[in-house]
Amino acid sequence: MEILSWTIQLAFVPAMSPLFIGIVRKIKALMQNRQGADIFQPYRDLRKLFHKDEVISQDASWIFSLAPYLVFATTLIIGAGIPIFTLFFGSIIPSDFLALIYLLAFGTFWLALSGIDVGSSFGGFGSSREMTLSAIAEGGLIFSVLSLSILSHTTNLFGISSFILSLGFSRFAIVIGLAFFAFLIALLAENSRFPFDNPATHLELTMVHEAMILEYSGKRLALMEWAAANKFLIFILLAANLFFPWGIAGSLGIISILSALGILTAKILILCAFVGILESTIAKYRFFRLPDLLFTSFVISAIVIELIIQIQ
Amino acid sequence: MPNIISIQFGFLGLFISLGVGAVGSLIFRNNDRLSNWWGNLSAIAGSIFGIISSLSIITSGNIFSYNIPTSFPLLSVSLKVDALSAFFIFVISLISLFASIYAIGYVKHFYKKYNIGSLEFFYNIFIAGMMLVVSAHQALFFLISWEIMSAASYFLVIFERKEKENIKAGAIYFIMTHMGTAFIISLFLILYKFTGSFDFETIKNSAALIPSLALNTIFILGLIGFGAKAGIIPLHIWLPNAHPAAPSHVSALMSGVMIKTGIYMLIRLFWDMLPHDTFWWGIAVLIIGSVSSILGVLYALTEHDIKKLLAYHSIENIGIILLGFGSALTFYSLGLNSLAILGIIASLFHILNHAVFKALLFLGAGSVVSQTHTRNIEEYGGLIKLMPYTGLFFLIGSMAISALPPFNGFASEWLTFQALFQGMQTLNTVARGVFILAAGSLAFTGGLAAACFVKAFGITFLARPRSEKAKHAKESGISLRIGMAGLAILALLFGIFSGPISSLLSKIAGGESPLISENYGMQLKNGFATVSMPAIFIILVLALASVVVAVFIAAGKRKIKNGITWDCGSDLSPRMEITSTGFARSIITIFGGILKPTRQTDVEYHDANMRYFPKFKNISLGINDVYSAYIYGPLEKTAEAIANAARKIQSGNINAYIFYIFIVLIALLLFAV
Repeated sequence: MEILSWTIQLAFVPAMSPLFIGIVRKIKALMQNRQGADIFQPYRDLRKLFHKDEVISQDASWIFSLAPYLVFATTLIIGAGIPIFTLFFGSIIPSDFLALIYLLAFGTFWLALSGIDVGSSFGGFGSSREMTLSAIAEGGLIFSVLSLSILSHTTNLFGISSFILSLGFSRFAIVIGLAFFAFLIALLAENSRFPFDNPATHLELTMVHEAMILEYSGKRLALMEWAAANKFLIFILLAANLFFPWGIAGSLGIISILSALGILTAKILILCAFVGILESTIAKYRFFRLPDLLFTSFVISAIVIELIIQIQ
Repeated sequence: MPNIISIQFGFLGLFISLGVGAVGSLIFRNNDRLSNWWGNLSAIAGSIFGIISSLSIITSGNIFSYNIPTSFPLLSVSLKVDALSAFFIFVISLISLFASIYAIGYVKHFYKKYNIGSLEFFYNIFIAGMMLVVSAHQALFFLISWEIMSAASYFLVIFERKEKENIKAGAIYFIMTHMGTAFIISLFLILYKFTGSFDFETIKNSAALIPSLALNTIFILGLIGFGAKAGIIPLHIWLPNAHPAAPSHVSALMSGVMIKTGIYMLIRLFWDMLPHDTFWWGIAVLIIGSVSSILGVLYALTEHDIKKLLAYHSIENIGIILLGFGSALTFYSLGLNSLAILGIIASLFHILNHAVFKALLFLGAGSVVSQTHTRNIEEYGGLIKLMPYTGLFFLIGSMAISALPPFNGFASEWLTFQALFQGMQTLNTVARGVFILAAGSLAFTGGLAAACFVKAFGITFLARPRSEKAKHAKESGISLRIGMAGLAILALLFGIFSGPISSLLSKIAGGESPLISENYGMQLKNGFATVSMPAIFIILVLALASVVVAVFIAAGKRKIKNGITWDCGSDLSPRMEITSTGFARSIITIFGGILKPTRQTDVEYHDANMRYFPKFKNISLGINDVYSAYIYGPLEKTAEAIANAARKIQSGNINAYIFYIFIVLIALLLFAV
């Protein structure tokens, strides 16, 4: 049983992330009255890319070649270090949330470097925008998780999850909801989603993530796309398991694992549906309006922290 | 005890080496090569003595003290090296060691242009001065050491004297540092008035005699005097000019170590010597730290002079160090002693880490500047292919300063964050608000620093060369590479072994440690947070290796073709790459309210009367210097007005002067009665 749980814990994010990207795309297609591609299409895309030859710019250095591996590896580590379906690993994996956020920043750092490395005009601007957004999103991201961490007296994500679970529906529900809102803004910004970026275009002037990986092809492009999918699922999992940890398994029985996985899937689907519907119903913001949103996220989190300390 | 004797021998060796280095390089000043080797080898020897003896003090807990009275009243040559001083001696020696190794090769490009003998003389004196500052135990002797350090560094700043800018930078530095010294002198005079002594030990023992008004005055004087040396905003204006002007290995020492002597004295005075339970002190330091950190990094983003950019990052990091120290003071005044130790550990650890990665970055920048002969990063580009080692080391420094795990910057920022997080949970409302502000500014600082170093590294080393100068760069010599490699390895090692290091630092902080270091990790005793840096490092390496292997198995047979970057159908030119100004522009626009960006457009037309066809357009983007406009400008005007008014009593009439003397005499007599 333990081996199975470990396998799920380690492999869940990379194995399932393309599926949920497919589901978001399907929801968007349905919202636009299109049939859309099959939800397994991202897997086929990855497979196709892994079997293609690669073109690397002659201006690129080893940074460009190494970056996809590093970016993907950081998402693997973070994906294995967060609560997924059980709290069993809490005592084994010291998943300090600051360490995870800074590991994410590690990935972003390399992603941005790879965008500059080829010397195209797109990549540089993509990197500039990515670093701008992620720098300003960092405050809201750290503070929204910090508010939960202060509530539960630990920075361990598993500990936060189990504390919020034990809290049930309490007087903290509203502040947790506020913190969730702040986290959601950071989620959208970090994953280049609406209203921050349009993940579906290559040639929009406003593009962020796609601009940085424009020069990649073949297996390295596959790794970059996959890493982006992993990052999306990581944030969705954090949203699901930190703010609404109900249904997460406390023990390692087969039944509890299965039911936990079932409930988890339902929660992820709801969040994916939310992202899909949001992307279909609102327009992308102008770049210089985005900081307002991100500072809002930070200020809300700061207020939540003060409220939590007051109520405690 | 043999240990104490060997420590004494070590310190003797330290100062003798530096002295021999200084005098010897002057003697050999006509031979560039000889004085270069002589001066730097002595500095290396001195640094090794310093490292060994300071480490043995830290580990053994012994105290080295040395005292000879002089024939001058109130002055005695009094040294005392306790754990805190030993820690700073260790940091100074460590950075001097690698900077001196680097210098052996780096100084070569000054041969025949400037006098190497005088460079090495002041270099050795400068290091010795810093060592004396952190070990002096008597106020007057301290002031003399402080002056030796400041004067020597002034001469190093203006070493490349053929460039006018450097002379001006030196002048600003000279004025600011002496303004600071004036505050420090008044501080010690107040201490003397109430304790009757210049000896640090006596001052410490009779500190209870000082009334609280005087204490608060001393705190403000100290904050200004030592803050000017540390480069806190708004006393920083000399720093971004002076540090870039000096030769790069000296910049590394100034930015990495010298500004920390200001912090050392703040800790020595307001943590060790004087009673420090005043609540607002900590709050003030926290606010100054927040402002310095966030403004420092924002100004760094606006820079495209690589050494100025790094200098502004020093202001940012001094801010982070002060966040740790400020939380320590605040916790202490609230009676939370164990958390106060956490704050001190965080700030000491960041002092060490910043010294390592900032020195590394300055050495990397020096290596680039010596090849391209420009400090403007808009003229770099593609250097990682021409200077692979420098590129790698600069990248490691960039990741460390951006607080990316597993490098050392993350470890100390993590500790600082923990101190601030603990502070947010205190009962005092004011403290809580300030801690939230401080943690917020630290969070934004981390993200902005990463953005700034993507810019600095990306524009300098990646893509295609942007100028002819960058095309002809070659990798620097072996000694430069050794100097940088040593610091790069330390940046990684200090990150991985942050657990043992932080528990060693808790010994220096002198109190019960709030940290548990289990399995090389760091854990708060109250169980709030745990992080294991070795685990992060090992997992990162393993994950990277397994991804590489897996991808190789899955897609290893696929061919890789080299092509040109997508050029949209036109010819690729360096102008298509993003510039440093362009990269940072969106952040500058967002923070426009603080940075006050300026934009000036010059257009020249083919026909000045018919203004339709522009010949060329020139847009200069910059930022307003609010400090000169609103602080130093008015200050200068006021000083001038006062001086003009005072001139009126200078009548030139000797009778008038005798009259003045008479009045003063009467006044003094009345005052004395």
